[in-house]
Amino acid sequence: MKFEEMVQKEKKDYETLFSKETAVLIGSATCGNSAGAQTAKDVMNKELEGHDVRIIDVGCIGLCYAEPIVMVLKPDMPAVFYGNVTKKVAKKIANYHVIHSEPLRKYALGSYGGKIEGIDPLFEEKNMKMQKRRILRNCGFIDPTNIGHYLARGGYTGFMRALEMDSSEIIGEMKKAGVRGRGGAGFPTWMKWQFCLDSNQETNYLVCNADEGDPGAFMNRSLLESDPHSILEGILIAAKTIGAKTAYIYCRAEYPLALERLKIAIQEMKERGFLGENIQGSGFNLEIIIKEGAGAFVCGEETALLASIEGERGTPRTRPPFPTTEGLFGKPTVINNVETMANAALIMQMGSEEYSKVGTDESKGTKTFSLVGQVKNTGLIEVPLGTTLKEVIFDIGGGIANDGEFKAVQIGGPSGGCVPAQHLDTPIDYGSLLGAGAMMGSGGLVVMDQGTCMVEVARYFLEFIQKESCGKCVPCRLGTKQMLDILTDITTAKGKKEDMNILTELAQAIKQGSLCGLGQSSPNPVLTTTRFFMNEYEAHINEGICPARDCKDFIQYTIDADLCDGCMVCFKSCPVGAISGSKEEVHVIDPAVCIKCGTCLDLCKSKKKAVKLVDVKL
Amino acid sequence: MEKDLQEILSNYKGKKSEIIPILQDIQSNFGYLSETTMKEVAKFTNVSESEIYGVATFYTQFRFTPKGKKHVAVCTGTACHVTGAQQIIEGMERHLNIKEGETTADGEYSLESVGCLGCCALAPAAMVNNEIKSKLSLRSIKRIFRGYRPGDSSEQ
Repeated sequence: MKFEEMVQKEKKDYETLFSKETAVLIGSATCGNSAGAQTAKDVMNKELEGHDVRIIDVGCIGLCYAEPIVMVLKPDMPAVFYGNVTKKVAKKIANYHVIHSEPLRKYALGSYGGKIEGIDPLFEEKNMKMQKRRILRNCGFIDPTNIGHYLARGGYTGFMRALEMDSSEIIGEMKKAGVRGRGGAGFPTWMKWQFCLDSNQETNYLVCNADEGDPGAFMNRSLLESDPHSILEGILIAAKTIGAKTAYIYCRAEYPLALERLKIAIQEMKERGFLGENIQGSGFNLEIIIKEGAGAFVCGEETALLASIEGERGTPRTRPPFPTTEGLFGKPTVINNVETMANAALIMQMGSEEYSKVGTDESKGTKTFSLVGQVKNTGLIEVPLGTTLKEVIFDIGGGIANDGEFKAVQIGGPSGGCVPAQHLDTPIDYGSLLGAGAMMGSGGLVVMDQGTCMVEVARYFLEFIQKESCGKCVPCRLGTKQMLDILTDITTAKGKKEDMNILTELAQAIKQGSLCGLGQSSPNPVLTTTRFFMNEYEAHINEGICPARDCKDFIQYTIDADLCDGCMVCFKSCPVGAISGSKEEVHVIDPAVCIKCGTCLDLCKSKKKAVKLVDVKL
Repeated sequence: MEKDLQEILSNYKGKKSEIIPILQDIQSNFGYLSETTMKEVAKFTNVSESEIYGVATFYTQFRFTPKGKKHVAVCTGTACHVTGAQQIIEGMERHLNIKEGETTADGEYSLESVGCLGCCALAPAAMVNNEIKSKLSLRSIKRIFRGYRPGDSSEQ
C-alpha cells in the first residue's frame, strides 16, 4: 500500500474512534500501572462485558499526581479525563458515563474536545495552558502499540519528506530549526550530523541514547512507553542523513515496559515497510538493534556507551577522536538522545520555520521535564525553552506540597546543581542555567522544601557518583571518595573546621583532572550547595545543628507530656518498639532504641502534635 | 521455564559484542551467573574468563548469587531519596531480617537498592520482580510482603 493510502485509511479509523465510538482509554505507562491502571482496566472489562466498548491502553498524559487516569470517549459528546481511578471509581465511570452517557463531575479532571457542564476543558487549565506539548503531543492519545494511531496523527510524514531531500538539505533544516542535543550538553544536532558526514567513510553508525540514568528523570521512559514511533521516526531521519545502515538504541534494562513497546513498534515498522530493505521504495536500508543497558550510570556518557555496546566494561575513552570520527567499532558514529530524535522527527514534520518560533534566540523549541519531589502536581511537563523555573514550579507544579516552603530545585541530575529561591526567575535555557550554577541536563527537576538538608543532598549525589565512578581515572575514583567521606562526616556530626577548605580544593582538582563528563561535573553538587547554602554547612560544623532537621545525628523525637492523649497510635506503629506507655497515659520514646524514622510524628493524632522533632544538643 | 545453557548460547554467534546480551539472557533464565556458566561463556566467545568477569562485575545488573523468588529492588533516585527511600530499605531489612544485597534463607525474597526506576512522581518506589510499587510508606511495606515473616516457609 502506498504511504498516502495507508495514512488515509488510518486517519479515518482514528477519527471514527474519537467521534463515533464508545471507548475507554487507560493511561498505562509505568507510572499509571504502578498506581493501579491495570486494576482499573480489569474493572472496566468486567463491568462493560457485552457492551460495544473498546478498551485501549494508551500512554501517559503526564499528570502523574492523578494516576491512574482514564479517558472516556462517547459519540457526539466531548471526551472526559478522570483521575485517581480506584476500583470503586472505575465501576462508577463504567456504569454511569460509559453505559449511560452521564459524566461524573466529582471525579473528572477535565474535558477534551469541548466543554461539558461542570467540567472544564483540561487543556485550558492554567497548569496545562502554560505548557507547549509538542514532543508529548501524542502521549495519552494514541495506542503506543498501534502504528496506525501514530500515522493518523501525522506520523512518518517527516521521514517521507526526508526521503525527498539529500543529506545537506536535511542538515540545513536542523540548522535552521536551531535544535540542540536534549541529552544535557546541548551540542547543536546539525553539527554532529555534519561532522559524521565529513569523515567520509563507508560505514557510519547511529546510536540513540536511551540510557536515562539521571536519578529524578523519567521523560525518556515516558516517551518511549507512550509514543515510541516518534523516536523511531527521528532515528530513520538521522540514519538516512548520515548514511547509516545500522542504528542502535541503548536502553536501560530498568525500563522493561519501554523495551517491550519499542520491540513491538520495531516489528510494526517492519510490517509496514519502514524498516529493512528498500524502505518505502526509496532504496534506503536500515536495521535497528536494541541493546539493553546493564545498570551503569556512566554508560550515559557517549564513549562509555559505545564501549558497552562493543561488549566491554563501560569506561569512557579520551576524546578526541570524537565518536563522529571514530566511534562504534572504530567507525564514525552519531549519538543522539531520545528526545533529540523526537525533535528531529518533529522538525521534519512541521518544518524548521514553524519549529523555531518557540523558544529563545539561543535555545529553540521545547523541553520536557519530570517535575518531582516536594511539589503539589508531580508529573511530566513540556515547556517552551525560556520559561522560568518559578513558572514551572508554582504555575504548572502548583507550588510546594503540604504547604511547605520552597528551598531549592535540583536540576540536571548529579552533574547539575541546586538553584535557590533568589534565582527562581532564571529562564530555563542552556546558557542561563549555567549562569545559576546548574545545567540543563536531561530534564529532571527535583523540588526541595525546608525539610531537605542541602549538605545531605550534596552527600547523596556524591555517594551516587562515587558508586558509579568507573574507576578508570584517579581524580574521579579517589577524589569523589574523599569528598564523600568528608560530607558523611559533616552530616553525622563529625565535621571539622578545615573540611570546607579540603572540599573546595578537591572539587577543583577533580573538575580539572577527570577524563569524562561524569568526573568533571561530579563536584557540582558540592559547588552549588556551598555557593548558595554555605550557612547550612557552617551550622553542621560550627554550631552542631542541622537547620533542616534532616540529618539523624542532629535530631531527636520526643513526646510532649502536656499534649499526649495516650492514644496508643504511635506505640503500636513504632517499628522498633521504642515507645512505652499505656492507654490514656503519657507515652515516652526511648532515644537509645529509636531509629528516628518519623512514623510517630506522621501518625500522632493529638490536636497539637504531641510528638516533637527537636535538635539534639551536641 | 529454565532454558538449557547451550540452548541460550545457540542463539548467538559468539561475537565479543554479544557478551552483555548473553549474560543478560543467562541471568534472566537462571536468576544469576554461576561459575560454570561464566566458564562456558568464556569458551563460547573465545574471551578469557577474567575478561568476562571484568565485564560482568562492572555492571550492577549482574549477580553471582541466586536471587529470591521475589526480587525487591528499592529505588534510590533523587525523588525517592528525598521522600524517604532509606527508611523504606531499612524497614524492609527489618521485616525480612536480611541486609540489602542479601536473600532470605528460604530463598523467598531478595533485597537490593537500585538506581532511579523512573517513577519519580510516585516516590518512594520499588520494583518487585517486574512490578512497580509506588508511594511506599513504612506501613505499606507490610502489604508487599503479605504477612511474610522470615523463616515462615521453613516452619511449614
